Amino acid sequence: MTDPERAVELTFREEWGRVVGALARAFRDLDLAEDATQEAFAIAASTWPEAGVPDNPGGWIATTARNRALDRVRREAVRAEKHRLAAPGNPDAVDAWEPDDEVAAVDDDLLRLLLSCCHPALDQPSQVALTLRLVLGLSAAEIARAFLVPEPTLAQRLVRAKRKIRAAHLRLRLPSDHELPDRLAPVLAVVQQLYNEGYVATAGPDLDRPDLCDEAIHLARLLVRLLPDEPEVRGLLASLLLTTARRPARIGASGELVPLAEQDRTLWDRHLVEEGRALVHECARRGTPGVHQLRAAIDLVHCEAPSIQETDWPRVVALHDQLLAICPTPVVALNRAVAVAEVAGAAEALRLVDALPLERHHLWHATRAELLHRCGELTAARTALTTALGLTANQPEQRLLARRLAELSTEGEAATGDRGGAD
Amino acid sequence: MPRYLMSVCYPADSTAPGEQELEAITRDVTAVHEQLEAEGAWIFGGGLHHPSTATVVTARDGSAVTTDGPFLETKEMIGGLSIIDVPDLDAALAWAERMSRATTCPIEVRPFVHP
Repeated sequence: MTDPERAVELTFREEWGRVVGALARAFRDLDLAEDATQEAFAIAASTWPEAGVPDNPGGWIATTARNRALDRVRREAVRAEKHRLAAPGNPDAVDAWEPDDEVAAVDDDLLRLLLSCCHPALDQPSQVALTLRLVLGLSAAEIARAFLVPEPTLAQRLVRAKRKIRAAHLRLRLPSDHELPDRLAPVLAVVQQLYNEGYVATAGPDLDRPDLCDEAIHLARLLVRLLPDEPEVRGLLASLLLTTARRPARIGASGELVPLAEQDRTLWDRHLVEEGRALVHECARRGTPGVHQLRAAIDLVHCEAPSIQETDWPRVVALHDQLLAICPTPVVALNRAVAVAEVAGAAEALRLVDALPLERHHLWHATRAELLHRCGELTAARTALTTALGLTANQPEQRLLARRLAELSTEGEAATGDRGGAD
Repeated sequence: MPRYLMSVCYPADSTAPGEQELEAITRDVTAVHEQLEAEGAWIFGGGLHHPSTATVVTARDGSAVTTDGPFLETKEMIGGLSIIDVPDLDAALAWAERMSRATTCPIEVRPFVHP
C-alpha cells in the first residue's frame, strides 16, 4: 500500500464518523451527510496519490465533504426552483458550520450521531446497521457479510431506518444530562451485540469474527473518550477487553473451541487484562455499579485466577447476585448457576438451572449436561448434549459439544454409570 | 412543526375499567390535554367508542357499500387519539409517555406526512 492510500485509509478510520456527524448536524439530512462524506473520500483516493497528502487530511476531508453537500443543496434548490431558504437542511446552520470547529464540538457531533443511530425508536438490527454505516463507515456489503444477511436485506434495513428518521422528524440532538443514562443504554447494547456476534458467530465455519470484535472495541473506546464520566461505558470497555484477552487460549490450533476450564491461561493477553483491571478498579471507586461494570468485574475474577479450581467462586456468585438484582434475566441466572455449582455443588446448581425457561437456548442444555454428568446421570447428560447440539449453528461449538458427547459415551461404556465425585 | 398522531392502544380482550378507575383515567387524560393546550401543542383529541360501534363505507362504481363493524378485527384496538404539534420525535415521545401514564395503556406515535 502506498503512503497516500494508507493516509486515505487512516483518515477514513479517524474522520468518517466525525464528518458525517458534523454534516448531519449542519444539514439535518443523514443521506446528504453520508453521500457527501463518501464523495470526499472518493476524491481523496483519486487526487492524493498525485497531488500529495494534505497537511491536515481530516480538515481537507471535512471541507471537501461540506462543499459537496452545499453544492448538492444548491443544485437541488435550483432544480426545484425553490428559493435557497426552502432547500432541505437549515441554511443558517450551514453558514454557521465551520470544519475547523474545536475538538469538543466535533466530539459532540460524533456523540450526537451515535446516540441518534441508537435511538430507542429504532429496532436493534437497524441501530446496529446505522451505527456501522454512519459512525464507522462500513459499506452495506461489509455489514451484510458480517451479519450473514443478504446485501439487499441490509440495504433495505438502512433505507427504512433513515426513512423513519426523516419522516418521524427524529432530530439529531444531544440529550440532557438526566436523559443520558436512558439514551446511553441502547448504545451500549449495540456495542455489546456487535461484540457478541463477533465473539460467537451465529453460524458458519469460524468460531468468532475478530474484525467485528475489533469494531466493537473501537466503538467502546470512542465512547469512553466521548463520555469519560460514565462508569457503565468504562465497564463495557473493560468487559470487552477482558473477554478478548482470553481469545488466544479460547481457540485451539485447529480452530476448535477450548472451554474456560481447559484453557492454557499463560496464553491470555496480559496487557489487555491489565487495561481491563485498571478500568474495573476505576469503576469500583465510583461505587455506582451497573450491568456492564458487574460483567467486567466477573470477567476480572476469571482473568486473575491462576486456574479454574483457584477461581474466587464465592465472589463470582456474589457479583452475579448483584447483577441479577438489576438485570433479572434467565441467561444471567444460568451463568450464576454455573458459579453456584463450584460453591454449593452440581445438584444445587442443577435445581436452579432446571427452573429457567431457556429450553430453546443451546447453552442451557449444555450446562445441564455438564451438571447432570457431575451428578452421575450419564444418560440424561447425553440427551441434553444431543439437544444442545441441534440448537447451535456455530460449527466450532457443534464440534465441542460433539466431542463432549463422544467422551460421555465412552465413559458410559467403560464405567456403565459407575462414577461420582470424579470431578 | 411536525404533527403526530398519538393512539391509545389496548388489547381487544381486556375488560373495561371500573367506574372509579375510568374516572381517574378521564381526569388524568384531561390534564394531559390541558397541558398540551397550555404549551400550544394540542390540535385535537378524544376518546373513541368501542370498535363495534363503527361503520365502514366503501365507494364503488358510483354507489357505496356500507357495512357494520370495524374495517379490521384486530387483537389491539384504539381507544382514543390525540393529534399534537411539537418540534420533533423526542418531544412527541415525551408527551406519549405522559399520555401512557394517564391512560394506563401503550401509546402509538405516528408522524403525519405533511407537518
